[in-house]
Amino acid sequence: MTSTARRLAEIRGGGAPRRHNARTTAALTGNPGCDRRAVLDSAGADKPGLAERVGFPARFGQSRFAITRGNAFEALVKADGGAELLRLVAERLGVDSTGPATWTDLGAEDRGDPPDATAQFGRAARSRAALAAAAPVGADDPAALFDHPLLGLDVAGQRVHLEPDLVAARLAGRFHVVEIKSFPVIDGQADPGKVAAAAIQSAVYVLALRELLAAEGHDAALVSSDVVLVCPRDFANRPVASLVDVRKQLLVLRRQLDRMARVDDLLARLPADFTADPSTDPERLRRSLTSVPARYAPDCLAACELAYFCRHETRAETAALGRPVREALGGVATVAEVLALAAGSDPGAPGQAEAAALLRAAARLRADALAGQPA
Amino acid sequence: MSTLRALAKAQALAAGVAQPVATVRHLHLSDRPLVLVPLTMAGEANAPLAALVGDAPDAARLLIVPQPRNRDQRFAFAAELAGIVLPYLDSFRGDTEAVAVDRGRDVRHRYVDAPQLVVPNPGGVTFLRLFGRSTRFRRTDGDYPVHPAVPLLGRWLTFFAERAEQPGSSALLALTDALTLHWATGQSAVEDQHLPAVLGWLDPPPGLTGAQAAARAEDPARCPPAGPATDPEFDNRVLAPAIAAYADAADDEAARWSAYAELELALRGQLAPTWELVWRGLGLLAALPPGARVAGRWAGDRDAFTGYAEHVDAGGGPQPRRDGAVAAAVRLHRLERAAASYAVQRAYDDPLVMAEHRLAGEAFVGDVTLTDPARVDDTGKRPVLRPRIQVVTTEPVAVPVGATLYSPARPGQKARVVFLTPAADGKTEVVLELSGGMGRGLTAPPGTVPEVGERLCLTTLSDGFLPAGSFPTPEETPWTHGGPPAAPVLSDPAPGPAVGPADGDPAEEWA
Repeated sequence: MTSTARRLAEIRGGGAPRRHNARTTAALTGNPGCDRRAVLDSAGADKPGLAERVGFPARFGQSRFAITRGNAFEALVKADGGAELLRLVAERLGVDSTGPATWTDLGAEDRGDPPDATAQFGRAARSRAALAAAAPVGADDPAALFDHPLLGLDVAGQRVHLEPDLVAARLAGRFHVVEIKSFPVIDGQADPGKVAAAAIQSAVYVLALRELLAAEGHDAALVSSDVVLVCPRDFANRPVASLVDVRKQLLVLRRQLDRMARVDDLLARLPADFTADPSTDPERLRRSLTSVPARYAPDCLAACELAYFCRHETRAETAALGRPVREALGGVATVAEVLALAAGSDPGAPGQAEAAALLRAAARLRADALAGQPA
Repeated sequence: MSTLRALAKAQALAAGVAQPVATVRHLHLSDRPLVLVPLTMAGEANAPLAALVGDAPDAARLLIVPQPRNRDQRFAFAAELAGIVLPYLDSFRGDTEAVAVDRGRDVRHRYVDAPQLVVPNPGGVTFLRLFGRSTRFRRTDGDYPVHPAVPLLGRWLTFFAERAEQPGSSALLALTDALTLHWATGQSAVEDQHLPAVLGWLDPPPGLTGAQAAARAEDPARCPPAGPATDPEFDNRVLAPAIAAYADAADDEAARWSAYAELELALRGQLAPTWELVWRGLGLLAALPPGARVAGRWAGDRDAFTGYAEHVDAGGGPQPRRDGAVAAAVRLHRLERAAASYAVQRAYDDPLVMAEHRLAGEAFVGDVTLTDPARVDDTGKRPVLRPRIQVVTTEPVAVPVGATLYSPARPGQKARVVFLTPAADGKTEVVLELSGGMGRGLTAPPGTVPEVGERLCLTTLSDGFLPAGSFPTPEETPWTHGGPPAAPVLSDPAPGPAVGPADGDPAEEWA
């Protein structure tokens, strides 16, 4: 165990690290400036437990109906050894799907949660071997589908294992990432938010698959940047495949992963007694969490379990109202400061002259209009 | 987000209660709106689970779908909803009024009132749009016939959902949007999508700040979500067992009735708080006086309602799944014009909205200090009346000489900036030449030229006529836009075109 790993284990407390998936990785890149989140996620801390303990429980429940429907749809799509899935994907890519095809489930033996570390390691090795051996050599390769491969990615200096429910499809000389999602595509259109989330998740997989191939001496470009999204069509559960170009997401992801502070640097800045062990006394836990700066934005509410805690902490700041509001207020940090500048009772710091003038004008106009001055 | 609105948000946060960002109401409110609070089944594609519907606070009718994955029950729900919505729509098809068209050469009729649908949030609008899509193509014959009212409901719901896209329309309101158009809360736009939290800021219970009330409203155990998505905890703890009990009851009549009653009770418990909130929110809006141009926009909604009712009466087909290239361009053009005109009208109606434009340099307010109402410009072929006025303002004037300005007080009149002179104390003297809105003679009728001492708002925003763009016919779609559609476009396609394979078997358990 390296010193970094030991330190992270101490921070986490007794428990095993939380398993990462593409969703948490994608979300991590959504707010790369947040140190608190980087530390907790790198340590694999039990964030839902933490949030509960400090009195701001997360609300990330998932409905049983949604899970049932998701699983049922996935099973339907993958039925018959993936024959239907292969046909759909091949048709969307415009290649011939007739001929021999293979289906390999790389996750068949490992279904435990919390994960058994050795089984996970074995599975990662198995995935690596199988996918590297199947690296496309030419367009004439027979079609091959790999279900549940376990991929790895370095996030903030830590190896993150991705637990995907994806299929890697080798077709026409390239690997394609296939994502099965249960949100509907109605008349060729789907919820843009869900598609964006699926695209960035798929980009995480593409990146991981590319790194895997590159590490084995293959060309990373063998993994296509066009991912195949399989969703139910219209209002029933007949699947339809769509292509999503994730080149942009790949760029964003790569840049943010590169930029993400190395966890060692972060750890060096932490107080020596920093802990994220949910069994700690709540008061000490709160103090401990507050000692690492967060960068709260309203978007966090949909992505991070600790968001309600951070929101409470930043409630007097303009950032809590959303970035457009903060920008419209001239980037002034706190609400008290905004009101003081607007009232003219505070001339503001030297760099704030422009913001102060704008806020004073806004306050005067607002007061005039509310007092019934004619316009 | 304008700085003025952002400041109102900061003030709301500091004051602990929402702050006004409008002094008049920019929406039409019906005396008898049809409130609709829908819930959907998690994970499914817009499968209705329940709805509270009614046109008065004490007239809520609860519709539920005991097994939302069952197609027959889904369309039975649609038929039941149609049984409420269609008679409600028909109740507005009484008196009509004559409207002159084509410069008075012709006349057309429109209904004197129109229906108004209200849902809690934009998610409710999406629900209606998708529910309209899933019902308007259904067939009333063939293998899986539905009640004849179902496709008709689908077309009307689609009509309302399309109206809701039009800026300034009040035909279908999402209440959270309607409220935040008039008040700024101390929370972010994301949190403003949650109706109970918005009302927590607007009207916090005694002893609580808006922030506390909103935080309380976020706890689904204390305050159920306003839909259409349900609370996952409710799904897992209450709904799933209740649905299972109903399914298990099968042919046991007594058990089925009791399971149905149990489901009804649970779903009513989730919907009733939102129902109360919607009516409370409508009450808050009703307390604001309507803006001067609201009635004009509502006339547009009445026109649209009349037009679509006539289309349906004439046996017109359902709205297409997707617009063709020309139809899409026409729609975009119409929406852009509506958005531009709506923004100007709101500013003209409301000094607080105009203040946003003043801050942005698009308007200023000043006092009239000199006038020459009888000035005639005789340099051209014919002498024309061109009065001049001088306005002194303390505000920065960001418009150049030669710009044309307008005043909400006299919307038909143009004021061209002739001179801009900086004066003492940071004031600016603006000399303006007026044209229009003064009759045809060489003497301005009283009141048409501003008088000395009048306080005047001048703006670059014009509420004038926006000429409609010209578009080719579908048959002349240019190749850059895919060329003419392959199949000949029927001007009046037969109702209910073939829908392709029916999507699923009625007996099939959809999971």
